[in-house]
Amino acid sequence: MDLLNAIVAIANYVLVPAISYGSQLALGALGVTLIYGILRFSNFAHGDTMAFGTMVTVLVTWWFQSLGVSFGPLPTALLALPLGILGCMALLLVTDRAVYRFYRQQKAKPVILVIVSMGVMFIMNGLVRFIIGPDDQRFSDGARFIIKAREFKQATGLSEGLAIKTTQGITIVTAVVVVALLFWFLNRTRTGKSMRAYSDNEDLALLSGINPERVVLYTWMIVAALATIAGVLYGLDKSFKPFVYFQLLLPIFASAIVGGLGNPIGAIAGGFIIAFSEVTITYAWKKVLGYLMPEGLQPEGLVQLLSTDYKFAVSFVILLIVLLFRPTGLFRGKAV
Amino acid sequence: MSDNPWQDDRGNKDASITNKEGMGTVPYSSEAGGAHPAPGGPFLIGEAMTGGYGKGPDILHECTVAVDRGEIAVIVGPNGAGKSTAMKAVFGMLDLRSGSVRLDGEDITDLSPQARVARGMGFVPQNNNIFTTMTVEENLEMGAFIRTDDISETMEQVYELFPILREKRRQPAGELSGGQRQQVAVGRALMTRPKVLMLDEPTAGVSPIVMDELFDRIIEVSRTGIPILMVEQNARQALEIADKGYVLVQGRNAYSGTGKELLADPEVRKSFLGG
Repeated sequence: MDLLNAIVAIANYVLVPAISYGSQLALGALGVTLIYGILRFSNFAHGDTMAFGTMVTVLVTWWFQSLGVSFGPLPTALLALPLGILGCMALLLVTDRAVYRFYRQQKAKPVILVIVSMGVMFIMNGLVRFIIGPDDQRFSDGARFIIKAREFKQATGLSEGLAIKTTQGITIVTAVVVVALLFWFLNRTRTGKSMRAYSDNEDLALLSGINPERVVLYTWMIVAALATIAGVLYGLDKSFKPFVYFQLLLPIFASAIVGGLGNPIGAIAGGFIIAFSEVTITYAWKKVLGYLMPEGLQPEGLVQLLSTDYKFAVSFVILLIVLLFRPTGLFRGKAV
Repeated sequence: MSDNPWQDDRGNKDASITNKEGMGTVPYSSEAGGAHPAPGGPFLIGEAMTGGYGKGPDILHECTVAVDRGEIAVIVGPNGAGKSTAMKAVFGMLDLRSGSVRLDGEDITDLSPQARVARGMGFVPQNNNIFTTMTVEENLEMGAFIRTDDISETMEQVYELFPILREKRRQPAGELSGGQRQQVAVGRALMTRPKVLMLDEPTAGVSPIVMDELFDRIIEVSRTGIPILMVEQNARQALEIADKGYVLVQGRNAYSGTGKELLADPEVRKSFLGG
């Protein structure tokens, strides 16, 4: 019984949150890794791209709510998501036209694009705060839980409850669907293959008649979709605050690099590695150990290795370890 | 190129933020000029081409190379003679200061490389001529990217020409041996059903046995009626199969003639064929 309780406690406080956070990071890291692989630079504006897409979704959600539109037990934000993606695509395509295209024509070195993306980051950052403000915004509605802790306890007779939030369930399902679609697109469709070819060898892609502007256009559109979906899922799960999205850049980059930059499977694995590390290290293990340890040896302290305030340190440390010992990342991305 | 501040390589080595692998060097061209009719002359000719990379010094000086229907034309010469550069010039990968390139009765000097592919030029560069992370079959598919019709027949022809590729078609091209990679590269270029095929040192870095086999294949391709313009290091062997040969020295035409003439020419023998 104690063992079961311990397992349920771990599932409730570690597994479920880490899986959903990991899915959000994985979607974010996929966007970063696609830009790195195809457009060949690390896009520092990715966090703020997520914020912009989410902001559009939040605004549309509020509008739908004011019209009385709802999605039953599911959050209205899911209905607003396609419009959010369109908004984000528009922003990225305008940015590309106004900023990146010039540097492409100059055949600028990637490091210049990295710095350019930082400038874009500040502008997007300002844009989002200007439109929706720097404060916390809640926009999730519908049913809050798929499984409630109390019902779980009654049904199983355990003293530990397992709660799965609707947003967590949605996150995981959406992430699986999106990742499956993305891989199908990249590996099976002509356009997807042309994007891989362009990433592999730009000159040869050109000689094969692949239009680079087309590839860039599709890349931005896919990145906009991934970023908005990741941002909205994160916002539904927690809340929407522009600064938090900017900060997400660190775990997202860590995920992409840990998995191997330029490698989509690596990005997903990296997302989960970072998420699980963050959650397990900042979780207070007192309760679980209380069930597992023999009488008298149970810990008195919280057994929390690191305060949640320092969770970003976890991504940093993992990033450092990977860069020191396996610079290509776990899944053999580009050599760092 | 060095005068372009955006192409300064400083601080560009950190691969955690920049991805230089597979980066392009072909100049950006969104709007390229058009082609205009210029009847007469050989099927493909780069005539009196003078030019170099970017704003750098001229590498080619009044250099002329041509190939006619059903022929194999070979460009040979010492290292640094501008052989590959001449090839790139014909393909539009560097700016010509004077001279012209004509294909099938049209002046295509102002066209971008992509536009030339669309007009029927197939080009196999010397290096990085395959998509290493993609399977052999995907490489061929990408070769046929500009085509909208059914490509299965052409793919079948390529597999017949290079049977080893059919065996390896699900394998990433980067895992193949040097000779097999070259076959993938030529196969990829053939997928567009080009009107003329340009090969830049197809036998670079392969063993002598594989080299002989590649030459046989190239002759086979040429028998299908595709004119071939090719740069070769192995001058003697290349001239043996050539209908037309060009010896370049320092970006100029030093000798030209049929392959046999050049092989027999004592001057050419002495300076380039080792006696």
